[in-house]
Amino acid sequence: MTATTDELGRRGEDLAVGFLERQGLVVISRNWRCREGEIDVVATDGIDQVVFCEVKTRSGTGFGTPAESVTPDKRRRLRRLAQLYLSQHVDRWVRVRFDVVAVLCRPGVPPTVEHVRAAF
Amino acid sequence: MALARTWSVALSGVTGQLVAVEADLAPGLPGTTVIGLGDAAVVQARDRVRAAVLNSGHKWPEKRITVALSPAGVPKRGAGYDLAMAVALLAAAGVVGPQALGETVLLGELGLDGSVRPVRGVLPSLLVARTAGRTAAVVPHGNLSEAALATGMQVRGVDTLRDLVDHLRGAAPGLSVPGPAAAPPDGSGPDMADVLGQPEARVALELAAAGGHHLAMIGPPGAGKTMLAARLPGLLPPLDPADALEVTAVHSVAGSLDESTPLITRPPFVDPHHSASLAAVVGGGSGLIRPGAVSLAHRGVLFLDEAPEFRPTVLDALRQPMESGLVLVARASGAVRFPARFQLVLAANPCPCAAAKDVDCTCPSQVRRRYLGRISGPLLDRVDIRLDLPPLDPAALTAGLDDPPIGSGAGATGRGVGDPEPSAAIRERVRAARHRAAERWSGRPWRCNAEVPGSELRRAWRPRGRAAALLHRAADSGVLTGRGYDRVLRLAFTSADLAGRPEPGETDVATALALRCGEAA
Repeated sequence: MTATTDELGRRGEDLAVGFLERQGLVVISRNWRCREGEIDVVATDGIDQVVFCEVKTRSGTGFGTPAESVTPDKRRRLRRLAQLYLSQHVDRWVRVRFDVVAVLCRPGVPPTVEHVRAAF
Repeated sequence: MALARTWSVALSGVTGQLVAVEADLAPGLPGTTVIGLGDAAVVQARDRVRAAVLNSGHKWPEKRITVALSPAGVPKRGAGYDLAMAVALLAAAGVVGPQALGETVLLGELGLDGSVRPVRGVLPSLLVARTAGRTAAVVPHGNLSEAALATGMQVRGVDTLRDLVDHLRGAAPGLSVPGPAAAPPDGSGPDMADVLGQPEARVALELAAAGGHHLAMIGPPGAGKTMLAARLPGLLPPLDPADALEVTAVHSVAGSLDESTPLITRPPFVDPHHSASLAAVVGGGSGLIRPGAVSLAHRGVLFLDEAPEFRPTVLDALRQPMESGLVLVARASGAVRFPARFQLVLAANPCPCAAAKDVDCTCPSQVRRRYLGRISGPLLDRVDIRLDLPPLDPAALTAGLDDPPIGSGAGATGRGVGDPEPSAAIRERVRAARHRAAERWSGRPWRCNAEVPGSELRRAWRPRGRAAALLHRAADSGVLTGRGYDRVLRLAFTSADLAGRPEPGETDVATALALRCGEAA
């Protein structure tokens, strides 16, 4: 079970990265980890904006849509992680944006990718 | 269109104002926020509305949903906004046309299955809407007959959210319309014909009914205090249409209306238990503030049995509404005003041991004095009639058994034996007396003698001859004080009204004095 969930997540992240790159974003880092957790995708618009991206993949909507599952708790965690990331990587003020990419991989159906810009 | 607006009403007491319920669907993470100073029930509407929408077969928009209730500064309480929120949301999502509702006012709580449940305060809400110029409303089916009392409003009832949505899409059969108003229940409560003996009490009760006077009855257990008090509303004339609507509005906020015949046309009778809290008597509670016993007894009778057993704070809280006819319930969230023009009837035992005969009383004199002393002077000061009830004469119980009924055309007094007079006959005299009083005070703000201030009474009539002599004697012997004098005049006026005399005569003054005697103040 875990293996397939991981696989699904990885597949979703690949789809998400492809999607973001088609949007003109440049991915800086994938699966950036620290003691507090992981940021799925860090990207930039190439000018002055850092985009922290949470990728959420699901194989169905029986437990709600993927976008819905980004709870306030998860948002708070991502904000904290972003602070940590910025403190380690960026030495000047930049604009920061938090996006959510919701990937729905229903079996037998081409996956759909939904990009919520500035989600929170 | 990602924005839609519906209308509802925020109540404060029996008044309120229109509330616009706006739903906005914005791109962003799916989620719903409800803003606009709602209480917990309003915020929880989010989950009720969501379940109701989904269970009615509609999609929940996967958008960032903001539901706003405005004016944002007015506190909003209760679940009555659910329906307005759900329809605003569905209109914003394009499920129903934005123009389908126009300015219709929506009231109702939603169940998770999409059923529309009755709420409190529908009638006052619709009266507010009507005053604000709205002409149409949709209410829960269970509140439909109550809503129909707001004449001039086109009201419709709904059972489920699905029905309403289908209707707004122009599909299903129309919504239910109010049926013909059912006749109010006929019974006017217990009848005076059941009361045996106590001729003096019958007169006092009739006077109280005719003049709207507050009444205190002091007597041993079994003398008939409760029995008499319960029969006072039956002696009062029915409420006129404006009063009936006002009383019904108060009871609507309390949630105590009968579903099929909501309009209250008889003066209400409210008898709180003596353990009643201050909030229960003057009104209060969290959330939508409920009217207390004083407001439920508006235009009716408030009966305090075992009055000395009530908490002193509760008794003293009655003074303000007795003066102003209003009660102001102040809360952190604001003050709420309820009408509270009631007729007070106090009943008390003479002492805690309440022996059937005074000679059997085992209470020390100090205890006796303290017992009645619990009813504070300022409160008793507003009570026009103080009646000392003797224990029931056993002869009265058996009298009717052998004797044929005495002629039924006799006056109000002297009916110790024989068939007791029924309420209907007394009610007729009371009606006539009230009519005379209303004519006398026409053009003035008072409807009955009890409301007339002392100075006006003294201006209206100066006692002459034997009436004056009686009053002088009472004053000289210390029975009558300045304060008591006004009340004797007031009662004398009512007595004259009952007898059909244009102004009080000697008999009226004598009757009034008799009902004031025994009073120390």
